[in-house]
Amino acid sequence: MTHDEVATACALRHGRSPTKLLQVLRDVQAALGHLGADAIDAVARALGLPRVRVEATATFYHLLHAESHGVYEILFSDNIIDHMQGKNELLEYMCERMWLAPERVSEDGLVYVGSTSDIGLGDQGPAALVNGAPLPLLDHNRLDLIAGLIRNQKPLSEWPPMLFEVATNIRRGDVLLAEPHAPGSSVARVLEIGPQGMLEDLERASPRGRGGAGFKTAVKWAACRAAPGSARYVICNADEGEPGTFKDRVLLQAHADLVFDGMTVAARVVGAAHGILYLRGEYLFLVDALEAVLQRRRDDGLLGNRILGEPGFDFDIGIELGAGAYICGEESALIESAEGKAGRPRNRPPFPVTCGYLGQPTVVDNVETFACTAKIAVRGGAWFAAIGTPESTGTKLLSVSGDCARPGVYEYPFGVSVRRVLADCGAKRPHAVQVGGPSGTCLSWREFDRRIAFEDVPTAGAFMVFGRERDMFEVARNFTHFFAHESCGFCTPCRVGTSLLSNHMDKLAAGKGSAHDLTQMQRLMHIMLTMSHCGLGHTAAKPVVETMEKFPETYERRLQALDYEPAFDVDGALETARQITGRDDAFAHVDEDRS
Amino acid sequence: MSGHFIIDGRTIPFRAGQTIMEAAADAGVYIPHLCHRPGYTPHGSCKLCTVDVDGRPASACTAKAQEGSIVENDTPALNDDRRALTEMLFVEGNHICPACEKTGDCQLQAVAYHLKLVSYRFDHFYPARGVDASHPDILLDRNRCILCDLCVRASRDVDGKNVFEIGHRGIRSRVIVNAASGRLADTDIDVSDAAVRVCPVGAILIKRRAFAVPIGKRTYDLKSVAEVAIEEVRAQREDEGG
Ligand SMILES: Cc1cc2nc3c(=O)[nH]c(=O)nc-3n(C[C@H](O)[C@H](O)[C@H](O)COP(=O)(O)O)c2cc1C
Ligand code: SF4
Ligand code: SF4
Ligand code: FES
Repeated sequence: MTHDEVATACALRHGRSPTKLLQVLRDVQAALGHLGADAIDAVARALGLPRVRVEATATFYHLLHAESHGVYEILFSDNIIDHMQGKNELLEYMCERMWLAPERVSEDGLVYVGSTSDIGLGDQGPAALVNGAPLPLLDHNRLDLIAGLIRNQKPLSEWPPMLFEVATNIRRGDVLLAEPHAPGSSVARVLEIGPQGMLEDLERASPRGRGGAGFKTAVKWAACRAAPGSARYVICNADEGEPGTFKDRVLLQAHADLVFDGMTVAARVVGAAHGILYLRGEYLFLVDALEAVLQRRRDDGLLGNRILGEPGFDFDIGIELGAGAYICGEESALIESAEGKAGRPRNRPPFPVTCGYLGQPTVVDNVETFACTAKIAVRGGAWFAAIGTPESTGTKLLSVSGDCARPGVYEYPFGVSVRRVLADCGAKRPHAVQVGGPSGTCLSWREFDRRIAFEDVPTAGAFMVFGRERDMFEVARNFTHFFAHESCGFCTPCRVGTSLLSNHMDKLAAGKGSAHDLTQMQRLMHIMLTMSHCGLGHTAAKPVVETMEKFPETYERRLQALDYEPAFDVDGALETARQITGRDDAFAHVDEDRS
Repeated sequence: MSGHFIIDGRTIPFRAGQTIMEAAADAGVYIPHLCHRPGYTPHGSCKLCTVDVDGRPASACTAKAQEGSIVENDTPALNDDRRALTEMLFVEGNHICPACEKTGDCQLQAVAYHLKLVSYRFDHFYPARGVDASHPDILLDRNRCILCDLCVRASRDVDGKNVFEIGHRGIRSRVIVNAASGRLADTDIDVSDAAVRVCPVGAILIKRRAFAVPIGKRTYDLKSVAEVAIEEVRAQREDEGG
């Protein structure tokens, strides 16, 4: 097939809609291996878009690439937990076995080995993706096996299935994970009590969003319901990009009906006919099972026209995949991405509830939030409000990983102490816990009596345990690299600030840091916190701020000189400037004697 | 809804729907900016226009003016932060002002003077960014691009073309052009396009114009960036017929 034929076929699969550009690009890359200039042209023609717009989207996402990544692309998950479990050593081992350099396709064009941000398997790392499929629990044995399969050019369908088995690791269940739920029961109930009745129950239950910001769900839904618009949309945010978080994956693996029930309830309340499950690209392996659940629900009259026989209750859900961009978890960036664009956060106001997907009122909620609302529909607001604390009602799923005997997902009523979670997961000499991922809170051993709740330690779900032998500076450095890699680049403070900050951290790590670096880092933190466009930039410096404050010795140890220590030799640096200006006269050099 | 708000202690009027930036400019108050240009859809990305609105930071170019709000703009603290931001833009690219054709006409340089940026404290990136000299009349030097998006908006909204976009992400963000070759010569850009003239820095230049106006007589040699910005708005208002 020619590029044009491939692009046209992929475009047709998505109704030739320019808003499906990202989905089309994913499919075209899957068919052609990469998105070279010809492929971009073909997609532009197939969708009737300017090619530059296609290229802007294609180059934004980490999982899309302009050059070939070979027949087998292996991407190691790059979270600090993977590092603690030997990620770098395993990556090098793999490269040696395959005779190749990292981030470069092998000479025979067969294989590429690289890294990617946390892939949501923190409880079963070190992990990697091969052509988008998950490879958990990697060790030398498994890598030997994989190297052999690749050398023999076995298609993935012939690899031993056990290589791809992703466990749910549900260690403690409560109302969401342990109680049975009859698919559709929430939908039936909302038809009984009506949208207004449901909103009242939701107000009584008073859940706050589980995606991080903690916004009151009842307020959001009511605002969307009241907003004028020609259509309304319900979007489930399954981007789950926060390193150390994997509880949304487990909900979708084990309780997809609960989540879809919640979305359908939302649709009834706000009056939406279309729903989108925006699934991070790293969770591609969930799609077939999720599509099967959606089809079953259609067959059972829980999706489609006249849901449960109710005239006018039409609602369906489509799955859209991301392609490796943490920022697309931010709700307005997610909407941009779902519209086929690069995931850059919008200017707000207006907020999605009034002006969201395609400019229409839109509810965007986290996977777990929808699971909660499904339960509230069935069991009532008062029941839900009695769980947890008055300000943080209900339960919270925690994705526990790191230095502990039993990593996995734990569900607790809000208000549980950090100490209790550490005991339950079998933490080994815990020294610190990163609650809520890099953008969350770093707690030192002095703070283990604090509680998981919006009024104390809020969390989007990650709970990374660090034992006494761990170097918290390296933890912060890993997170800083993460933010620099994931900054969308829209605004100056974050685009430049995250990179400057990670350069400073690298300089300190190399033993070349000085008090000057700390001063500059503090300046950057202030700028990023106050001037950034979105939450990513606001929180990107937080790991450094908190570890500096709570583990100052890890920084002090690295400070060599008290005064400014140049990051590199000055004359060497000027070489670049000389090349750019085309100058090579005496004044373009730094003379040791003269200066 | 129109009304009044206070900026640096001065009460100024605003018309319904106006941003803080627009209302301030109408009243002759300069708020430093780079990605904003009168008449263009606001972008809100450079963050130089950050002001304090009732104690909270906001981008003046995108935030709507609100009745009775108290806005702080020209304060030492905000100007310190803006100076740091400007410095970040300088170290991110490769700006060698004395060797640049745009010197004296460059808004980044002018803002740096305005904010009294005298030395760099952040380390330079010295990124490898390309120069595209393929077009007979127009030069695109990405070394000097500050990613303000004005060329993108100008081409799309004024010229009715799609010559430019911002591609890639994070610190690797780059202006890309509408051609499979990646070369400006293979796009439908024309030297008379608004997109060619809108660039606030020396990233898009018309060739062979470099020294048409001698150094010392250029825009910001004669007037401050604040004066120029306010005059621009006045001129635009007159164009609109009041
Ligand atoms: C950088 C960034 C990343 C985010 N990632 C996610 C995410 O992966 N999943 C999520 O549900 N919310 C994420 N959020 C929060 C969303 O913007 C939004 O608040 C949330 O989806 C609302 O749903 P909720 O009210 O149910 O929590 C992120 C926010 C930011 C600033
Ligand atoms: S803060 Fe960072 S992620 Fe957010 S808009 Fe700015 S550059 Fe993008
Ligand atoms: S080329 Fe000029 S106008 Fe375009 S984004 Fe860069 S600095 Fe802005
Ligand atoms: S002028 Fe407002 S953000 Fe650039």
